[in-house]
Amino acid sequence: MLADLCLALIILGLTAYAVMGGADFGAGFWDLTAGGASRGGRVRGMVARSMGPVWEANHVWLIFVLVIFWTCFPIAFGSAMSTLYVPLFIATIGIIFRGTAFALRGQAATINEARVLGGLFALSSVLVPFCMGAALGAIGSGRVPIGNAAGDPFSSWLNPTSILVGALAVITGAYLAAVFMAGDAARGGLRDLVVAFRGRALASGALSGVLAIGGLIVLHDDAPNLFDGLTSSPGLFFVIGSALAGIATIALVWRESFEAARYTAAAAVGCLTIGWAFAQSPYLLPNELTLDEAAAGDTTLVAVLISVAVGMILLVPSLYLLYSFVLRGRLDEDFEPLDQRFRPLSAGDHPKDGR
Amino acid sequence: MGLLILAAEHAGGALGSTSQPDLLAARQMQAMSFVVHIPLVCFGIAFPTMVLFAEGLWLRTGRPAYKALAKRWSKVMMILFAVGVVTGTILSFEFGLLWPNLTATFGNVFGLGFAIEGFSFFIEAIFIAIYVYGWDRLPDRLHFLTGIPIAVAGVTGSLSVISVNAWMNHPGGFDIVNGKVVNADPWVALFNDHLWYEFTHMYLAGYMVAGFLVAGAYAAAWLKGRRDLYHRAGLIIALTFAALATPVQIVVGDWAGRQVAEDQPVKLAAFEGLGETTKGASLHLGGIYQDSEVKYGVGIPKLLSLLAFHEPDAKVQGLDSVPRRDRPPVNIVRISFQSMVAIGTVLAALAAFYVAVWWKRRRLPRSPWFYRAVIAAGPLALVALIAGWVTTEVGRQPWVVYGVMRTRQAVTNAGGLPVAYIALAAVYLSLLIGVIWLLRRLAGRSPALEVDAPLESADAR
Repeated sequence: MLADLCLALIILGLTAYAVMGGADFGAGFWDLTAGGASRGGRVRGMVARSMGPVWEANHVWLIFVLVIFWTCFPIAFGSAMSTLYVPLFIATIGIIFRGTAFALRGQAATINEARVLGGLFALSSVLVPFCMGAALGAIGSGRVPIGNAAGDPFSSWLNPTSILVGALAVITGAYLAAVFMAGDAARGGLRDLVVAFRGRALASGALSGVLAIGGLIVLHDDAPNLFDGLTSSPGLFFVIGSALAGIATIALVWRESFEAARYTAAAAVGCLTIGWAFAQSPYLLPNELTLDEAAAGDTTLVAVLISVAVGMILLVPSLYLLYSFVLRGRLDEDFEPLDQRFRPLSAGDHPKDGR
Repeated sequence: MGLLILAAEHAGGALGSTSQPDLLAARQMQAMSFVVHIPLVCFGIAFPTMVLFAEGLWLRTGRPAYKALAKRWSKVMMILFAVGVVTGTILSFEFGLLWPNLTATFGNVFGLGFAIEGFSFFIEAIFIAIYVYGWDRLPDRLHFLTGIPIAVAGVTGSLSVISVNAWMNHPGGFDIVNGKVVNADPWVALFNDHLWYEFTHMYLAGYMVAGFLVAGAYAAAWLKGRRDLYHRAGLIIALTFAALATPVQIVVGDWAGRQVAEDQPVKLAAFEGLGETTKGASLHLGGIYQDSEVKYGVGIPKLLSLLAFHEPDAKVQGLDSVPRRDRPPVNIVRISFQSMVAIGTVLAALAAFYVAVWWKRRRLPRSPWFYRAVIAAGPLALVALIAGWVTTEVGRQPWVVYGVMRTRQAVTNAGGLPVAYIALAAVYLSLLIGVIWLLRRLAGRSPALEVDAPLESADAR
């Protein structure tokens, strides 16, 4: 029971990270694919404006997950981290580049500086979720044995399930980002960007749906236990829930109800992580270690639950404050296409000129 | 308690035994990641208070120079926080990537500190965003209030992480039965005896490093003749925080030394290069440790006994009290320790001079050498900070959990550590270049841009 509650915290953190951190990575994906400096300037400006105030807080969910994982399930943590050192090391390097390049790009003085930093930021934004998804796929498909780097350093995460989950992580992030930024653009009255992100949201939403359903075929062959778990109750219940929420999101985006779409999009991702947990049950490391075997002693689990409960009393209102400021536009900066700063004023197309 | 554990059974790793040929690469990677992150922690501890102080001056006086200063500083704070977020993440990954057997064996004992730290991190991230993006968008007083949680969370976050380090030096909150860790009690581990001196020591170090580094930037401007209210306030606020922390640090250093003498006598012996257990031990300045004694150093009779136990004839345990394999590398520890103490003394003298001039003359010192010294003080404080951490962390070797688990048992079995080490070093180097580039660019911009108004000169007051 205590172990289940602690697992629930990890699922909560993972979902929050997948939704909010994932959307920040997805923003990087759209930055990467926005096209040349002047064509992509407006999309990139929107990415910078939307991510600016929230990406650090969103990133902390990752640390939350890691810490709860190692405190409550230390042996599983040590086994997974040591076997999956290659993708996770790549992810750490990506995390450094993603965060710093994003922060530095805001101060770039020439278009070339912005290009290099933006390239680093955007490439890392794709690399990091892929590697983390691949690592999760390794755990889900039972490729992490108990022990100190006991699994295969490469085939553990370069396999059909890992690649599927990695790709899914990238594309759902892009989807969430597009939904969120379409909403931000609508709030800012930036009509062309609403259209741009609405189209992106519909395309990436459809693609992640296809990938998730098509992925079941991959799981059927590569991770049969996971497949069985996802296609029988209670896992199936959440898979269907995720599909319904996904369809609802696409319908809402179509009708340009972006604020409601935020929540259904988040629900789609949340159902997927919860369904996964049920599909793996009772194992934490499939066929190796059950949740109860992996759990730390009750004293530790109770201590963690108490600390998290107290922490949440502080965290929830603070997060509410941040997001309510953000969603009401109180922290919005004036919108500026990323390449605008570097264009000569004589071009006569500065947004402030017209006003 | 420490001795009790030393005598007790050692913990085997929960993931079994390890054979890592590149243990040193793993340790160097960890040390490097730490050296990159710890200066940012100093800014997390100390900078929000300075920013709020400047903003408070603005709220009281209404002078735009104070607002420009607070606003500019808050941007620097945000950038350093962003870098701290990513470098801090690397450190948490390294718990699993480099030391999986430590985490697998003791994660249930020490992990709680990090869980609490996670919430501090959240609060810091949330309110830093509100504070920095909230300039001119939130009402003035509300804006000031949103800065307070940043300052509080910076302190509670470092407190909980330092509690884990203190636990590694003075482990408790578990029993070892047949090499297995049982009866884990994370609350006992969290509030261990070493927490309070380590935290106080680091807290003051945070003010010294951040204060002197920031003051150095304005001292350089001062020498170039930029002495308006903005630059003057930047210098005085930062330097005053640092100058007030420095003398207190000497007292706390003494407290830390005595606690180490009591609980980690072998570590203390390494600080001082004391080969043999001695009554009325003398303290050596400089020199090098060779063949169980300090050579070429200046010895001061009985001073070590006096400092460590406040008794001139107290017995001080030497390195010979444990087998060779249980001793840390003496010269690294000792040279780091002496550097820290020497720099601390010099900085205390500088701080005393500044405070004395202010006290007697109610003005800043006039000699350009004072400003040059302030410029040097920042990097020196940074060196002392890192030397201090080298002292305590290398001094803890060969143990990762003091007296209970050896560092070599904790390390990963994964391959490719030297490659990862080189890659990470290259990444950190580019990170350093990027951050310096960014700060210089920010500094090059006129402060008047922060408030969209001309700033008054210092003489206007």
